[in-house]
Amino acid sequence: MELLKSIGYFVIFPGFLFTAAVGLLASWIDRKVTARVHWRKGPPILQPLYDIVKLMGKETIVPQGSSRLTFLLSPLFGLSATIIVSTLLWRTIISPSTTFLGDLIVVLYLLTIPSLAVIMGGFASRNPLASLGASREMKLILAYELPFILVALIPVIKAGTIRMGEILSYQLNHGIVIGSLSGIIGFLVAILCMQAKLALVPFDMAEAETEIMGGTYIEYSGAPLAIYKLTRAMMLFVVPMFLICIYCGGIDFAHGWLHILLGVLKYVGLLVVIILIRNTAPRVRIDQAMKFFWGPMTGLAVLGIVLALLGI
Amino acid sequence: MNLKLKALTKSPWVFHICTGSCNNCDIEILDALTPRFDIERFGMVKVGSIRHADVLLVTGAVSRKAGPRLKRLYEQAPKPCFVVAIGSCALGQGIFKGSYNMPEPVDKYIPVDAYIPGCPPKPEAMIAGLVKLIEKLRGK
Ligand code: SF4
Repeated sequence: MELLKSIGYFVIFPGFLFTAAVGLLASWIDRKVTARVHWRKGPPILQPLYDIVKLMGKETIVPQGSSRLTFLLSPLFGLSATIIVSTLLWRTIISPSTTFLGDLIVVLYLLTIPSLAVIMGGFASRNPLASLGASREMKLILAYELPFILVALIPVIKAGTIRMGEILSYQLNHGIVIGSLSGIIGFLVAILCMQAKLALVPFDMAEAETEIMGGTYIEYSGAPLAIYKLTRAMMLFVVPMFLICIYCGGIDFAHGWLHILLGVLKYVGLLVVIILIRNTAPRVRIDQAMKFFWGPMTGLAVLGIVLALLGI
Repeated sequence: MNLKLKALTKSPWVFHICTGSCNNCDIEILDALTPRFDIERFGMVKVGSIRHADVLLVTGAVSRKAGPRLKRLYEQAPKPCFVVAIGSCALGQGIFKGSYNMPEPVDKYIPVDAYIPGCPPKPEAMIAGLVKLIEKLRGK
């Protein structure tokens, strides 16, 4: 019975199906808002789903001389990590008392794996442009991971615990983390790191359609590409949700519909901020991105931590 | 009609191949991709890699150098994939007919599913042609 329940958690409710549905909806919102920014009408609501179904039906080509197993398995690797993060996160949000010690660290770990999967796939596909994209992605991870982990520490310092459920209940009792100065600084840095984590403009140099033609995804077709797209859509849901959990108090299920609605609005608001950044900024070069993350962003993150330690 | 093709008609991703055109058709294709015409309404997106393509937009009168490459690109595209010939050149070599380095038009190299005439065709004509292709695939 316990086993069945856990499988249900992973496959249906907070896991695969739920995250995929909301993720696809989020990517539709992304495309629709982008379209409205361009003054056009934009795609229908089911468009991301059509894309996935279509890709599932297409031929899968494995390039000659590539590492077949790695090439085909790396998308699944990323997808499974995303599913686990989502399950952990939603278990925390729904019942904050059921989590284990150090789940924040596990989530931080798992959030890196989709990017690692992209790197593996890129290198396995034996295409010079894909390798270029993969090496850029690798540098990008090195760049944004430092400030991202630093700003994830700010709520930990504030709440004095490394358990995500306790961070949530701390925020319920003492006000949300973003209500303080260190919280605001940390949240700003976190949004920019998230932009890089989701590989959105201005930090999408790993795939750079106009420059290296899809970069790491260049050799992917059919079902593996569909899985990558799905993973990206799910990440578009999971990463902002993670930030909302540790900075803005998550979604409060215990106090009625109004609070749930507020939680959903928080997510949609953050999503729209991401989309607007994506539509108004040009792509930066990889060296500029590294300078940006290791310089000003890390500086701000450290400042945030110092302020948090001082209790501001 | 199966789900595979149905989903494809809902999200045909286009890939642009120039086989030696005067470049005017290519500019018109790019015009068709601008926000003014908004082909994303039909789920069409321009992709950068041939592996992601569902519809190949071919322009130009296929020069001797471009011919084998056109064939190769068609083979590299994952099936099912469809070909649309754009502009008089791609249809029947247009003003380049009889030229010393333009042996044969596009449909002698690869199967073509839709022809869009014009020198160059307007973006509206291209969208109309693509919509016709979609309707043909849906079996209307
Ligand atoms: S059809 Fe006309 S505009 Fe198009 S490539 Fe040929 S000559 Fe140029």
